[in-house]
Amino acid sequence: MSWLQKLLPPKIQRTPGGARKSVPEGLWTKCQACDAVLYATDVEANLNVCPKCSYHQRIGARARLDALLDPEGRYEIGADVLPVDTLKFKDSRRYTERLAEANRQTGEGDALVVMQGSVKTIGLVCAAFEFDFMGGSMGSVVGERFVRGVRAAVEQSLPLVCVSASGGARMQEGVLSLMQMAKTTAALTELAERSLPFISVLTDPTMGGVSASFAMIGDVVIAEPKALIGFAGPRVIEQTVRQKLPEAFQRSEFLLEKGAVDMVVDRRQMRDKIASILAMMMDRALDEAA
Amino acid sequence: MKTTFLDFEQQISELEQRIEELRFVQDDSAIDISTEIQRLSKKSQILTRDVYAKLTPWQVSQVARHPQRPYTLDYVSMLFTDFEELHGDRAFADDPAIVGGLARFGGQSCVVIGHQKGRDTKEKIARNFGMPKPEGYRKALRLMKLAEKFKLPVFTFVDTPGAYPGMDAEERGQSEAIGRNLFEMARLRTPVIVTVIGEGGSGGALAIAVGDVLVMLQYATLSVISPEGCASILWRSADRAAEAAEALGITASRLKTLGLVDKVVPEPLGGAHRDPQATAAALRKVLAEALKQLQGKSVKQLIEDRMDRLVGYGKFKEAAQR
Repeated sequence: MSWLQKLLPPKIQRTPGGARKSVPEGLWTKCQACDAVLYATDVEANLNVCPKCSYHQRIGARARLDALLDPEGRYEIGADVLPVDTLKFKDSRRYTERLAEANRQTGEGDALVVMQGSVKTIGLVCAAFEFDFMGGSMGSVVGERFVRGVRAAVEQSLPLVCVSASGGARMQEGVLSLMQMAKTTAALTELAERSLPFISVLTDPTMGGVSASFAMIGDVVIAEPKALIGFAGPRVIEQTVRQKLPEAFQRSEFLLEKGAVDMVVDRRQMRDKIASILAMMMDRALDEAA
Repeated sequence: MKTTFLDFEQQISELEQRIEELRFVQDDSAIDISTEIQRLSKKSQILTRDVYAKLTPWQVSQVARHPQRPYTLDYVSMLFTDFEELHGDRAFADDPAIVGGLARFGGQSCVVIGHQKGRDTKEKIARNFGMPKPEGYRKALRLMKLAEKFKLPVFTFVDTPGAYPGMDAEERGQSEAIGRNLFEMARLRTPVIVTVIGEGGSGGALAIAVGDVLVMLQYATLSVISPEGCASILWRSADRAAEAAEALGITASRLKTLGLVDKVVPEPLGGAHRDPQATAAALRKVLAEALKQLQGKSVKQLIEDRMDRLVGYGKFKEAAQR
């Protein structure tokens, strides 16, 4: 019992159950890290970062792009590329059912949204993963949209930024999804050939086939605070080494210490940081007013 | 060496045992039982043919992991001459799970790189069961860069359960090491010929499998995740591995149909381990053919074709433009 509850007379302490239910659903949310009860619109305005403890909740692909890109002059790349069930894959459920459900839940056609636009007037192509679409897993569509994004960047001499949030390759597409690792990474060589920057932003979680392909080889690699980033999942490692992993293992700060990422950046500063770094990499002045 | 039989080869194993016994008896007996031995041998062969004609994907993956299956160094000794093993990534260590070096293939100087598993318990541990750490992939990359510098073709041999999922590997950047290889191999200015000889386990396999030609032995597998791993995630039980193997489409024949593999090399009856020499001979032909074809291309053409291949992977549909 907290000191406040102790202070209050018993009558006030007992809130009738009915009164509580009258509060509209979704108005309040609870921080997963510090348990603080927060006003949902505050959290949203704060880019899904807890205003109390700075815990970074996951954020959808479109909200992410909204937070990064200038409002004008955006258009989407590869939205018409959609998944097919080549293997007729079925576990406890069919792949097609899982796709349909993910589509209903997120409104997305697959787990990557790519947009051309600008950050503080610096033109770029920006890709963002939708983690809620089958764990942000990379299959043929993610690979193809990524490549089309790269191609658009190459054609217009623009830099590329990719914000990852993915469990890895999509098992339901078998080796086709494995090959997306080679495909996306190969496409990046086209940017490199033309000295166009690629900034990789790693968010919670970036694992498996996504981290082991394009995500870790950005010219600059930025991680969000406390994101889980690695090749093998913690459970798999625990089974292999038969010991409990330390809490900080495979977290952004740990990767920074080990030299795997350049910096850990708070989501609320991400837009400024990306603009500033891109401007320097491309040796341009930054429009501070934008 | 005595052949080790897999679970689904039980009947073949029993027959072979009887043949073995008869042979033993024949040696110190006056009675001629050679016709009986011949009869049984024939029967065993027919049985093997029947069993192998309808292997399930799960059974294929067991053949791919057969304890007697030829490993990279076995193929190196059968297919190459003058092998000079080169060691180390020049930054941290030498990873025995990946071997590589200079060699000659039909007289042509080249670089050979492959995953290496161990045969007995001691060697298995030393080679970490063929599961490389970042230093292994970085050694492989160093050797590929060496090949590029001296314009030597690269042959890689893929045979790993996967990249090592351990704490030290994570700390030293397992993901970066694999990603870096994929990136560099896409534009390596020399031919790269890849052969999957056993297990092609996920990203750990792919990290040395990006090239101009992808060859698979008949009973080799290539998979985005091990059947056991897939089963424990999607079916929540590793016991459903057989179903997962079926669903994942990991066999050479299936991957050929999907257009992901260029050439499947047939194995001797009962698998490569039954006759490694014959397997190597069949593989030699395919590799020589591939090398000849690739050497006829200019470097520019080679890289263009490779990029088209890599960027072309994937199956999707395109909805009408909105």
